[in-house]
Parts: sequence; C-alpha cells; structure tokens
Amino acid sequence: MSENGKKTGTLKVKSGLAQMLKGGVIMDVTTPEEAVIAQEAGAVAVMALERVPFDIRQEGGVARMTDPAVTQKIMDAVTIPVMAKARIGHFVEAEILEALGVDYIDESEVLTPADEDFHIDKHAFTVPFVCGAKNLGEALRRIGEGAAMIRTKGEPGTGNVVEAVRHMRTMNQEIRRLKELPREEVMTFAKEAGAPYELCLMVREEGRLPVVNFAAGGIATPADAALMMKLGCDGIFVGSGIFKSSDPARMARAIVDATAHYTDAKRLAEYSQGLGKAMKGIEISTLAPDELMATRGW
Amino acid sequence: MKLGVLALQGAVSEHLDVLNDLGVEGLAVRYAEELEDLDGLILPGGESTTLEKLMRRFGLDVALRQALERGMACWGTCAGMILLSQEIANAINGQTGLGHLPVKVVRNCFGRQVDSCETPLEIKGLQGEAFPAVFIRAPGVSDILDPQIEVLAHHQDMIVAVRYGRVLATSFHPELTGDHRLHKFFIEQVVGCKLVER
Repeated sequence: MSENGKKTGTLKVKSGLAQMLKGGVIMDVTTPEEAVIAQEAGAVAVMALERVPFDIRQEGGVARMTDPAVTQKIMDAVTIPVMAKARIGHFVEAEILEALGVDYIDESEVLTPADEDFHIDKHAFTVPFVCGAKNLGEALRRIGEGAAMIRTKGEPGTGNVVEAVRHMRTMNQEIRRLKELPREEVMTFAKEAGAPYELCLMVREEGRLPVVNFAAGGIATPADAALMMKLGCDGIFVGSGIFKSSDPARMARAIVDATAHYTDAKRLAEYSQGLGKAMKGIEISTLAPDELMATRGW
Repeated sequence: MKLGVLALQGAVSEHLDVLNDLGVEGLAVRYAEELEDLDGLILPGGESTTLEKLMRRFGLDVALRQALERGMACWGTCAGMILLSQEIANAINGQTGLGHLPVKVVRNCFGRQVDSCETPLEIKGLQGEAFPAVFIRAPGVSDILDPQIEVLAHHQDMIVAVRYGRVLATSFHPELTGDHRLHKFFIEQVVGCKLVER
C-alpha cells in the first residue's frame, strides 16, 4: 500500500524485521503464560502454535493453525513480536493470521499440509513469511514466492539436531559451489536446483541468501544453538526444546545467552551447567518415512 | 578514530558494512572492556527487551553508562533509541533503559509489523532529498524532558530523530537503506571526525 510516498508491506520492511531478530532466539509457545516465560528469558520473538512438534508427533491427528483467541491472548501478554504458524498452502489460515495482526507467519511443515502441490503466494500479503528449507533450491523457491526469512527445516519435535545440521551444511555447500560457477553455468544450476535464475545470480554475487536464515528443527541445548550459529545461521528457533525440558525458564535463558556468545566456549561451558533434563529426544532412524516432517513441502 | 557497534543481537553487520563503505573500521562490541577507548558506539536495531537483558547479564550496562558519562559519542537506531531513553512509556517488567537521553519513548508506537513502512523523511541538518526512512515496529518520542534536546525529524505526529550533545537517536533504520548520509552525520558532526572522501 502507498500513501504520500509511505509504503507498507515492502520486501525491505518484511526482511528488515527478520534482520532485527538476528542473533536472537525465537521460542515456540502454546499459552500466554509460556509467552511471558519466553519474553522474561530474553526471546526476540515467540511463535504461537497449538501444540509443540513433540506433542504433535505423540498425539497424531491433523495439526492446524492455533485458535485465534489463544494467539490474541499471546499477543496481549507480550510486547515482543508474535509469529504464528499456518499450514503449507493454506492461504486462508494466513489471511486470518494477518487480520489478527501477527508480526510474522511461518508457513510450516510442522502442521499438516493443506496443499501438496502449491505453497502460499506470499507476495499477496502485507505480513511477512518465514519458510523452511532443506537446501538452496528450496530456499530460493520460497523466496521467489515472497518469503522474507528462511529457516532450516531440521526434524521438528525430535530434540535431535542432526537434520538441521545437514540442511545448513547442504545450503552452505551449494552457495559455495554457486559462487565459483562461471556465469554461463548458472542457468543449468538453476534448472537442476529448481530455483529462480535471477535469485541464483544474486546468491552468486553476494555469497549468501538474500534474506536472513535461521536454524530450526531439533535444537534442544545451548550447545546445539551455538553449533548452528557457528555453521553460519543468523539466529535460532527453538520448538519443543524449551517447554519439554525439566526447567523451561532456565533452559530458555541459557539458550539465549549461548546464542549471543556462541564463539566463547568458556561461557558456553558455564551456560550449559545445571539446566536439569533436556527433552528426551528421538533418534531419526526410528521414525517411519511418513513420520518425517522435513519432507513435507517441496 | 575507533567506532564500535554493540553486537549482542540485532542488525549489527548492516551497520558494520556501512562503516566499512565509509572507510571506517568498526568493532563488534561484545565485552565491557571493548568500550574503554571507543570514540563512538552505535546501538543497533534489535529487540530492546532482549538487548537490555543481555547487556545486564554480561555487565555491559554499567560499562556503557560509564563510557557515556566520559563523553563517548553514541547513536541509537530503533531499539537503540529505546535503550538510551530516560523514560519508556510501555516498558516490560524490569526494563529501565540506560537513562542517558532525556526523552520519553513509546515502544512500537506506530503499530505492529503490518504497519511497518518505508517513507520519505525530512531531517534537519541533512542536505539534499528526503531521507528514505524505514520504520519497523518503530518507537517514537512523545515527550522531551530537557530543552537542550534538538528535534531533527517528525513522523505521524511523533518525534523520530533527536540529538542531545554527543548522543543521536533515530526511530528508523538508516543501515537498511544504502543512504549513508546519517552515518556520515554521526561520524562528522556527533563523533567529530573528518571522513576522507573516497
């Protein structure tokens, strides 16, 4: 929208908010009380959802957008940005979240996809979107559709960081490879990656994604958060890792501190002590193919 | 000249990149002792409540107050403006700021993210065309608590840029625009160092 030269919903404004969240931790919350605990611990934003991924796995059934009344209560309970999840392709859930006034929408594989072929046209919205990606091609497809922030998919609700590490390493390897390519080889790279050509050129020039890239999916300890930061992520999403640990307030604070000082191993040793039990976690190889969330979306 | 950017969280690399473009080496400041011999410090945009908590946990709040008292120049952008302010209208429990800039600031005063905007802004002291201001869940100043405060810009009836001696504060994000005039203004007029034309 434009009025007297004033424009809302521009890419700069959308990706700009993600830039302000860099170096911070975004925490999954299901109630206003959890949102306050997250804010007190130093979260830069909270993600409102009905059940954390660990519980979605345990309970099964279709996972949908949260009840708007709960999201509204969370928005009223904290002053930090509030994000909320919509199902992949469910643009009406996204419209409802935009009407509520949430600050970011996560078009998320953690919820049951509403469309197996098409993601949401995110350019059509004023509110910005974050989307998950396992590799560079997937990230650039989402950015092509209008996503203003990317995160690794990881394997949500497992407390196992291995998939997030795989996704970030894959992204970094592909960016390094693209940077080295002569210009005439970029179109073939774009074709093979299934990524928009212009965005491939941009990544080749800048040596990084054109938007902020956070880590998500399986982060359960301060050391996991610092590992993802060291691999080059701009910040951290923690889902089940906080409210499925034995002392959520302490775990939350420790992950915030570790993300800020991820290069300082002495401090990381300090932050990692006396936190009680981290979430139990799931070995990925014990999951059946249809139990994997990272393979949802394309 | 030694300039730093507080590097606890937020848009740190964006400010460092602008300083680099201007031929100035900026230091990413994470520890209290790094403030000791700085000529100027930028407090970047980020989440003000997170930044304040991290500053306290890491002992940077005390060191920063001391550096400001000895006359280190400082520029707060967005969350940085909130951190500098004496009064915060809608602070969360325990949020006090550094109390160095005698203004009352209102957090998120233009609304939530869907109200964030880009808009041309007239800024006192800047030559040329209007500044391409980017407001993101931006704060604004509602009250001036000292007549020495110089108001530099308004947006929607709120004050969005002020100068107070060696302190500059802006509600918006010049580091996202590619327009380096405010960074030059800070270095030349507030810190007081001449930039070499490149």
